[in-house]
Amino acid sequence: MRKFLSTTAAAIALAFTTVPVANAADLKVGLVLTLSGPPGALGKQAEDGFNLAVEKLGGSLGGANTTVVVVDDELKPDVALTRVKSLLERDDVDIVVGTIFSNMLAAIYKPVIKADKILISPNAGPSTFAGEKCHPNFFVTSYQNNQNFEALGKYAQDNGVKRVFMLAPNYQAGRDAMNGFKKYFKGDIADEVFTPLGHKDFSAEIAQIATSKSDAVFTFMPGGMGVRFVKQFDEAGLSDKMTFLSAFTVDETTLPAQKDAAVGLFGAGTWAPDFDLDRSKDFVSSFEAKYGYVPGSYAMQAYDAALLIDSAVSAVDGDVSNKEGLMAALKEAKFDSMRGTFTFNNNQYPIQDFYLLNIAKRADGKYQTEIAEKILENSGDSFAAECKM
Amino acid sequence: MEVAVSQFRSICQNRSLIFGLGILFLLALTPYWSQIFGGSYVVSLVVKAMIFAIASLSLNLLIGYGGLVSFGHAAFLGLGSYVTGILITEGVTDALIILPMVLAVSGLFALITGAISLRTSGVYFIMITLAFGQMLFFSLSSLANYGGDDGLTLWDTATFFGTTFFEYDGGLFYAVLIILTLCWGFVSLLSGSRFGRVLRAAKQNKLRVETMGFKTFQYQLLAYVISGMIAGIAGFLFACQAEFVSPAIATWQRSGDLIIMVVLGGMATRNGPLLGALFFILVEEGLSLVLHEWRLIFGPLLVVIVLFANGGLVELLRRLGIRE
Amino acid sequence: MSLFLVQSLNGLQFGILLFLIAAGLTLVFGVMGFINLAHGVQYMIGAYLTFMFFQWTTNFFIALLLGMIVALIIGLACEMFIFRHLYQRNHLDQVLATFGIILFVNELVKVIWGPSSLILPPPEIFSWSFEIIEGLRYPIYRLVVIAVGITVAVGLYFAVFKTRVGMLVRAGATNPEMVSALGVDIKRLFMIVFGFGTMLAGFAGAIAAPMFSLEPNMGDDLLITVFVVIIIGGIGSIRGAFIAAVLIGLLDTLGRAVTTDILRLFFDPSTANQIGPALSSMLIYILMAVVLFFKPEGLFPVHRAG
Repeated sequence: MRKFLSTTAAAIALAFTTVPVANAADLKVGLVLTLSGPPGALGKQAEDGFNLAVEKLGGSLGGANTTVVVVDDELKPDVALTRVKSLLERDDVDIVVGTIFSNMLAAIYKPVIKADKILISPNAGPSTFAGEKCHPNFFVTSYQNNQNFEALGKYAQDNGVKRVFMLAPNYQAGRDAMNGFKKYFKGDIADEVFTPLGHKDFSAEIAQIATSKSDAVFTFMPGGMGVRFVKQFDEAGLSDKMTFLSAFTVDETTLPAQKDAAVGLFGAGTWAPDFDLDRSKDFVSSFEAKYGYVPGSYAMQAYDAALLIDSAVSAVDGDVSNKEGLMAALKEAKFDSMRGTFTFNNNQYPIQDFYLLNIAKRADGKYQTEIAEKILENSGDSFAAECKM
Repeated sequence: MEVAVSQFRSICQNRSLIFGLGILFLLALTPYWSQIFGGSYVVSLVVKAMIFAIASLSLNLLIGYGGLVSFGHAAFLGLGSYVTGILITEGVTDALIILPMVLAVSGLFALITGAISLRTSGVYFIMITLAFGQMLFFSLSSLANYGGDDGLTLWDTATFFGTTFFEYDGGLFYAVLIILTLCWGFVSLLSGSRFGRVLRAAKQNKLRVETMGFKTFQYQLLAYVISGMIAGIAGFLFACQAEFVSPAIATWQRSGDLIIMVVLGGMATRNGPLLGALFFILVEEGLSLVLHEWRLIFGPLLVVIVLFANGGLVELLRRLGIRE
Repeated sequence: MSLFLVQSLNGLQFGILLFLIAAGLTLVFGVMGFINLAHGVQYMIGAYLTFMFFQWTTNFFIALLLGMIVALIIGLACEMFIFRHLYQRNHLDQVLATFGIILFVNELVKVIWGPSSLILPPPEIFSWSFEIIEGLRYPIYRLVVIAVGITVAVGLYFAVFKTRVGMLVRAGATNPEMVSALGVDIKRLFMIVFGFGTMLAGFAGAIAAPMFSLEPNMGDDLLITVFVVIIIGGIGSIRGAFIAAVLIGLLDTLGRAVTTDILRLFFDPSTANQIGPALSSMLIYILMAVVLFFKPEGLFPVHRAG
């Protein structure tokens, strides 16, 4: 027993003492992602996407030798804080890329900005930093959280949907989803139901939906909740009776479990693996070849983040210490995005197209989302006007 | 003079007191020895551990000395953080206003929930404190104006007589250390005092204590309120360190973590909570640097400690030859 | 009106599931005085083992049987090597040790099966749905689960109240020392109780899996609700666990469905939407606080002698 304890103690002491050696002309990027528990699937996509880009560029972004350090925020704010501090103070990273979830972003935002480092979010896009509190150090390569839902609302409004039943989990992102949908949709809302986070049994909610006389259901059910809800929705025979409008509910992280139950349902997003662009198709096939699963938006956005950094570091000729030049170059966003053209709004959130997505089963048996139609073109978020940049 | 000398002698002979002071002294030197281990990152880790130690000390008063296992103690961390967070967001940044408010709110919550919970005992007490903790958690999560469960970033920090005493880049390390030392000393004194003795006796045999004329309910309620207020201070310090508050600090898992720290360190001991909190935070972080799946080691480690050291880390250190 | 019936059916089904998990926990706690936080991971293990065997055999029932046997073996192994040494220790040491086990098993499951949600399909003969009310199909499997749960409850009642072993279990719950003094091998009795409780939890996990999904940590939140059940019911009481479980299942399900609507009568919609979900999550805790206020030892407490 003594041996077990002393070996563990030694390993830990060693881990703390081993401060990474800094090379000259280096670029260090720290990734803060959720890798624990079921939501870890999203973090893993982002990690794989980013690493793939670095690998394809020969291990250097913009000509500078790149080291990538990955830490897990465990979906706990205090852990996220400790880990980002380890990136900033121990690993001395130049750029922090993170996070997946909005509440994690809020936890690490201040330390990174105070340290005057660059923060790029590959997924979380809360409204908090899109308006008044926008900052020149902060960039988002995904979208502003409300936008996908706004697109769905617009689609519903433009396509004659009369009555919608709305369902989302009871947390901030769920509330953002509801508000986003209502921006363009002016029809009848049967009910707005918030379920507990991690809800298992949707039979009560499904019974309500079935008796609500709605022609469509709008939902945002990420991760395991989406898997369960879609499955139970399908079992209740409602998939054929109502239009299913959702975001992040039927995507590459949940489709492997949902399988056929998801076919015929709609999602929304800025991209799909079948996006008609050569470099995007190339990204998808390289990703699948290397990691063995279909990349979703989380992987793509992280890949784009790496390419964005690459373009900016090139623009300053590899001189990472030239922070002003770097930030200006980042803002220009002159890189080949998997979504086609990519520009930043004044608040440094993206301006991009939003599509309705179909679910399809591929020839090889795997499932993926596919572009059905464009809903919004060159759309910016609703908060940019409040940003003074 | 002789009384003073003999008192000083008895302090020197009190091993646990020396040991505790020793740990605190080592902690005080953190900004220096941390240079070997990675600099200010380790300092921030130690600050986090010390804040947890304050919370664990308060819980030890209840669990160790009072025999009252509260599974909702994280609620006070939440209250302390959110009172701080809301006041700062609304423009009130003077710590001299914030701290009394934190004490008042935590104390009041403790008074009300304690008065109800103490009607039960044993595992029922555990569950009812859990229930109150959950209720607070859900309430905090629904504060949409203050970020809900996304949390609230604090754009300003608490000032102390106009100084940056409570700011992370300022004197927070020393602020936390001083508060930790004061709380450690206070709980120590309290446990040895008449109040503490009645409390500990009530833990052993409530009936006997009652027949001696003590109203155990009052003693236990007072302990509950004091404990809640100290934990509220810990919540304030969390908000200062993270410059961010979120309901995640008040989950039942967090309450469980606090119980783990107290039990792990050694219940009803002077230094148990210190060791427990330091161990939990530092080992958790250290292991995660080694292995993403650190829980595969941490879990069995806890089991081993329980099986072989009946009395926590304090007992373990004694067995391994480090005199306590 | 028919919606109300459907919701009640849903609530009943949730309650039955809670009962299956609670029964084992309340027995172990009541008879052995052992707080087993790891009960939640036993629920999870039952589900994952059945999933694994289903991948191999493609037959749900064989997979279930194999899963139960292995879950039982694992439970008994834990009892022999770890838990047995903790019966005499105070509750908190038990909490600490079982907490360590939770951490380890959750991580192990994640490492072996991955973090994503997995689906276990129900057995072929039960995989159809029928139209329960106009426009809503109800999977027959859920009715099967209710039926199975009630059967187990009745079976448990007979076992505990009408058999010799059951009598020993009840005696052991009230006065273990006396039972031991009467020559009964208390160690074996404890092992039987524990093994059975574990198997029941694993069984609950396995039959719940086709309705929900499998993912690491799936037992953790359910565990808290189960603790609430056994506290309301009274520790050690099977009857209490059943009544409390059904009560909670109904309260939680129906409560969720109507709370926000009721609040809308008093507040504006956006405030109701803010308070409603939080309040409905709190309902079971409020119920527990109320019950404990009037009956500090639960509805049907088992009184320990001596």
